[in-house]
Amino acid sequence: MGVTADIGPASIGITGDEILEARDVVVRFGGLLALDRVNIALRRNEIFGLIGPNGAGKSTTVNVLTGFQQPTSGEVLIDGRSIGGWSTNRVARSGVARTFQAARLFPALSVFENVVVASVNAGGSLAAARERAGDILAWVGCANRADRPASALNYGDQRRVAIARALALSPKFILLDEPAAGMNERECDQLVTLVSEIPGRWGCGVLLIEHNMAVVMRTCSRILVLDGGKPIAEGTPVAIQTNAEVRRAYLGDKAPGAAHR
Amino acid sequence: MQSLVDAAATGSLYALVALAIGLVFGVMRLINFAQADYITIGAYALIVPSASTVPTLFIGAWPMPLMVAAVALVVVLVALATERLAFRPLRGTDPSTLLVSSFALSFLFQQTIMLIFNSRPKSIEFGSALAAAVEIAGLRVPGVQLLTMATTIVAGTLLVFFLRYTALGVEIRAAAEDFTMAQLLGVRANRVIAVSFAISGLLGASVSLLLVVQTGTLDYRMGIMPVIYGFFATVIGGMGSLPAAALGGFLVGAASQLLQAWLPPDLRPFRDAFVFGFVIAVLLFRPEGLARPRAMRERV
Repeated sequence: MGVTADIGPASIGITGDEILEARDVVVRFGGLLALDRVNIALRRNEIFGLIGPNGAGKSTTVNVLTGFQQPTSGEVLIDGRSIGGWSTNRVARSGVARTFQAARLFPALSVFENVVVASVNAGGSLAAARERAGDILAWVGCANRADRPASALNYGDQRRVAIARALALSPKFILLDEPAAGMNERECDQLVTLVSEIPGRWGCGVLLIEHNMAVVMRTCSRILVLDGGKPIAEGTPVAIQTNAEVRRAYLGDKAPGAAHR
Repeated sequence: MQSLVDAAATGSLYALVALAIGLVFGVMRLINFAQADYITIGAYALIVPSASTVPTLFIGAWPMPLMVAAVALVVVLVALATERLAFRPLRGTDPSTLLVSSFALSFLFQQTIMLIFNSRPKSIEFGSALAAAVEIAGLRVPGVQLLTMATTIVAGTLLVFFLRYTALGVEIRAAAEDFTMAQLLGVRANRVIAVSFAISGLLGASVSLLLVVQTGTLDYRMGIMPVIYGFFATVIGGMGSLPAAALGGFLVGAASQLLQAWLPPDLRPFRDAFVFGFVIAVLLFRPEGLARPRAMRERV
């Protein structure tokens, strides 16, 4: 498989708790094999990249990790506990939050309320939830827009609020689905800063799905490459950039360098 | 002038029904026609079960606060039970499946009530003191009309406060806009839906009591017309917006009352046809309802 893995299944057991794992996950939609034995181990202190051409199974992976999609075989574990049969809200309250490429804010709720919806589910009082919501909004730089309806925000702000909202849940792991899509270079720079701060500041591991290679290479410590539902490489940004198989996977439509947008 | 007061009272009553229907539709995309039977059951809870047309009061004979609490409790329990037994197992299926389930449930309730109480309307002596007219600025307003308007204002205000300033309320509003996303943020689906049904039960109970005081009659289909009107109200208001649903309820109720007063006597029996025609006209010119329909907007 040409996997330049530095984390094999053997080392997963050692890290013990504080880890989000996909073990040999297979997802089949009718005759289509969407995911073929995918293994991921996301630690709480790292930013892990998930890349691959369109249709590689990145979104399906996120859906499986959040309990939205049941795997055909294999399992997902949070801190060693299998999430098989859990509702998505239970997975969310157990520490896995996600964002969508389209921010999917609640348009009629205020920006602040959007974040409070999540922070009240992090446990604690309503007052504590409101305080946490305020802190996170300040961190993403949207505190001055807290009382506006979410529908009044521009695209970039919607993305930032969506990240704030996911973090408000006090997750152990956050899965970001193409947060840079449609952002200009300046916004991408801000995003890189923001994402890089997440593990240290919020104690939360990041799974970053992104087409923008510059963003991925600058933020992630490890990267997993999927192609056609199969993991084809895993390793450091440098190792991935020079990996022949990764280049081949991307050459079908574009070389890794050209995947810049 | 008198007919304007009548219109406002009827409008208020239908606004209550519309709030209940709109709330449940918001979180579940279900138009719950069994809401009609919540109203009917609340009314029948007042009497000792019998086939008599002049039944003895049961809960209805209790002191007022206790009586109101007991009827509310009965209807809330029925609403929660229907959610648990008839709708929760079907969650995630097609909205039309839920709709069929609500129709089936409604017929089941009606037939059961007929079986126990028989199908003839019953007249009861209940809250007749409230039917007495109060004189305000030369107008003679029945007390029950004032009570209806007051109930609607209080219930509406409480609901707004609840949805705006409590954790659960904000979660319900979020779930009404994007249920999947809300769940991914940890919102408990079961709790949010159950609370919405409980509130629809509370609103249903208040409608039962107001209706019985107003008419002094029990009928196993007494909840149907208010709920059909309430449903039209939510459609006219724009599905998915509660204030618009309440406004819609007020408008259809008021329109029906005014038509009753102003139509030539020969046409009065066909009053409902005029109201429904008005609903169709609204839908033709504003298919999305009077308010912008958030709930119906396409989801990304």
